Amino acid sequence: MDFLFNEYILSMIVYCGVNIILAVSLNLVNGFTGQFSIGHAGFMAIGAYLSAYLGMNFHTPFILNTILGGLASAAAGYAVGLPSLRLKGDYLAIVTLGFGEIIRVVLLNIDAVGGARGMYGIPKDGGFFWTYGWAVATIFIISQLMRSTHGRAFLAVREDEIAAEAMGINTTKYKVRAFVISSFFAGIAGALFAHYLCYLNPSSFGFMKSIDVVVMVVLGGMGSITGSVIAACIITLLPEALRPLQEITKIDFRMVIYSLTLIILMLTRPKGLFGNLELSDLWKKYVKRHS
Amino acid sequence: MEEFIQHLINGLSLGSIYALIALGYTMVYGILQLINFAHSDVYMMGAFIGLYSSRFLGIQEKPGLLSFISVLFISMVGCSIVGFLIERLAYRPLRGAPKLNALITAIGVSLFLQYSGQIVFGATPQSFPNILEDADLLALGGVHLTLFDVTIFMTTLSLMLILRYIINSTKLGKAMRAVSYNGQWASLMGIPVNKIISMTFIIGSALAAAGGILVGMKYPKIEPLMGTMIGLKAFVAAVLGGIGNISGAVLGAMIMGIAEEFVVGYGASTYRDALAFGILILILLFRPAGILGKLNVEKV
Amino acid sequence: MLNGTHNKEVLIDADKVTIKFGGLTAVSEFTNKIVSGELVGLIGPNGAGKTTLFNMLTGVYKPTSGVIKFCGTDTLKFKPYELSQKGISRTFQNIRLFKELSVLDNIRIAAHQHTSYSMVESLFKSPRMRREENKIKDMAFDLLKIFKLQERAYEEAGSLPYGQQRRLEILRALATEPKIMMLDEPAAGMNHSETHELMETIHKIRDQFKVTILLIEHDMKLVMGICERILVLDHGVLICEGDAKTVQKNPEVIKAYLGASYEEIIC
Repeated sequence: MDFLFNEYILSMIVYCGVNIILAVSLNLVNGFTGQFSIGHAGFMAIGAYLSAYLGMNFHTPFILNTILGGLASAAAGYAVGLPSLRLKGDYLAIVTLGFGEIIRVVLLNIDAVGGARGMYGIPKDGGFFWTYGWAVATIFIISQLMRSTHGRAFLAVREDEIAAEAMGINTTKYKVRAFVISSFFAGIAGALFAHYLCYLNPSSFGFMKSIDVVVMVVLGGMGSITGSVIAACIITLLPEALRPLQEITKIDFRMVIYSLTLIILMLTRPKGLFGNLELSDLWKKYVKRHS
Repeated sequence: MEEFIQHLINGLSLGSIYALIALGYTMVYGILQLINFAHSDVYMMGAFIGLYSSRFLGIQEKPGLLSFISVLFISMVGCSIVGFLIERLAYRPLRGAPKLNALITAIGVSLFLQYSGQIVFGATPQSFPNILEDADLLALGGVHLTLFDVTIFMTTLSLMLILRYIINSTKLGKAMRAVSYNGQWASLMGIPVNKIISMTFIIGSALAAAGGILVGMKYPKIEPLMGTMIGLKAFVAAVLGGIGNISGAVLGAMIMGIAEEFVVGYGASTYRDALAFGILILILLFRPAGILGKLNVEKV
Repeated sequence: MLNGTHNKEVLIDADKVTIKFGGLTAVSEFTNKIVSGELVGLIGPNGAGKTTLFNMLTGVYKPTSGVIKFCGTDTLKFKPYELSQKGISRTFQNIRLFKELSVLDNIRIAAHQHTSYSMVESLFKSPRMRREENKIKDMAFDLLKIFKLQERAYEEAGSLPYGQQRRLEILRALATEPKIMMLDEPAAGMNHSETHELMETIHKIRDQFKVTILLIEHDMKLVMGICERILVLDHGVLICEGDAKTVQKNPEVIKAYLGASYEEIIC
């Protein structure tokens, strides 16, 4: 594991892990439950800031900070989810967007966490094993859920809310549950991010970050955990991979290429890279074809 | 009291600009149910077309009504083309695809315009040319009514009246209303839906261009990312008034503009961006269809 | 004749149920009782308010006035999912299957209300989860056999032919283990022999599962064949009630369907 000692590469790998947690958790809301949240960065910010604050001021253990950060985000998810889930589609999207922006502006105005200057000197913790431990936990928990009657309830809400109600599923309860679980993991991802970078700034959790996560989910394929994982890595690494191009041309083409790729992918592969298939489904298909 | 009136004037002026941009959002949403994220960047393009056309015409230092109108006109035409191309190249191939795809594409187009703008126009803010000399038309005690405020207000008002005429009294307007009511049925009635959608983008983009010019005049620093915040707020204004509803967009924009000026004026300026979303969330929770909108009830 | 039922419990008790949309009265003072074990047909011309009535009985719409009781309790304060859990199940006029999910999952989702294992249990596959999942799966396949759909269990529901989608929707409604099942035009889009066969099956389902059935049908003839009691709705008003013969002879019914009385047409 020599490569882990190269600081730059290691940080890239850790950010991949953080984004995997974010994308897989958002997939529960956007992909499986069919709701439309574009404020994931707000939940991430809550976890990040709370965890960092606890770590700096109370020197509580890292694992405790992480989990408290996650729980705070989950509580926020509940608070946002319950009233706003009466809204559908675009309206819900706008409320989550607004919520994310409000969190950011509020953080900008709290001096105890550094306001616009940002928060310095967060104790360094976490890193590769913690991040990937949580990433595996996220993937495991969400994929196990999806294999149960609860997972089918999420899917039923996505497919047809009125029919789901008629079949005895409390659609509001399941929407809120999806939001809460998803926010919890976003908070965890935030905490991991905060303690790895040791520095936080509200601008890291703006609208663009939320969009980044939505893009990961859609690019990977709505409702495919495998897709989310791979897309999270692509979106994290793509700008880095394009860095040499910038050095040669002296012009920053990265975001232009990123946006063009996005448009072209949507036009040519509207279901994302994996559609709603998982690695296991692809493996089954492969075996079928070669037997 | 003077302060209050001053804030009101500033608020109406800001609200007029929001209104011009909000109209584009609301029209496109009304017809395609798409949040056209790229709209805010069309507005940015409007400001830059204004900048470059005035340089090209050599009128960047010749303020006057003629300069203003010619720059406004060129920019509106230019943005119409931009809007048309965006719809034709990026959105039309996705007609019928899931909503989220269209939305992501819209975000992609928006990012593309912003960042290619940074390459072409440069990332540092540029000064907008002096195409109209500002002056106090009225100064009563502490209240100033400037030429810019009046120009902004008059331009918005006249464009609004033209739009109103188009939508209510022309064949195109009738077709637009039909498509927004139900695209499929409209197409069965022989309405060329794609053409109407193109026209909607053209009109909306032209209005956004006007917004860009007016903002450029009033706050004379323009840069490629200038659209993001104002775009979000204009969109919020459209939702506030009832998305898909033309008068609603104007009403919402005025409310937003005035509310924002008062928040800034009375000392809570750091919260000005949160205000927009605070209003939005309250509205959506208590009256999800917006002030003038009607909520669609799903038929079972 | 209420065959096979010894305890005649009143399931649905509607009293002067009225709903208005804007100025339009879609259903006006509908009053009726449905007793357990019945197979009731609800007929009427287009726009008579049949589906609206269904939507009120299943809690999707709230009546403007009037009372609906289910097994003695007022239904108005319950949401559709709660009514489903109490034993009211339904199908939809324009099929509302979970189209992108498998046929099997469609049925399993309906059985969700009978599972009791928690989300935490699903993480480590508790014995209770395994037991309940197995039970649901067996039940689902038993149901699918009714319409010979078991071979398509793993196909996407949306990929089934239209008629089979309608049948699957009936099975899905049945999987909630309802006391009363409301079928909204189950035979829509089927030809004569298919419809006939379907009606036979519905009859069988009623007897086998001891479920009360209320069904909407457009075509009078079909309903006449299997329903013991028929309600005729026209312009939101219950104009006639009785067995097939009574309904057929009722001049108002004939008028509602043909726009004029039988005699007037003959003469």
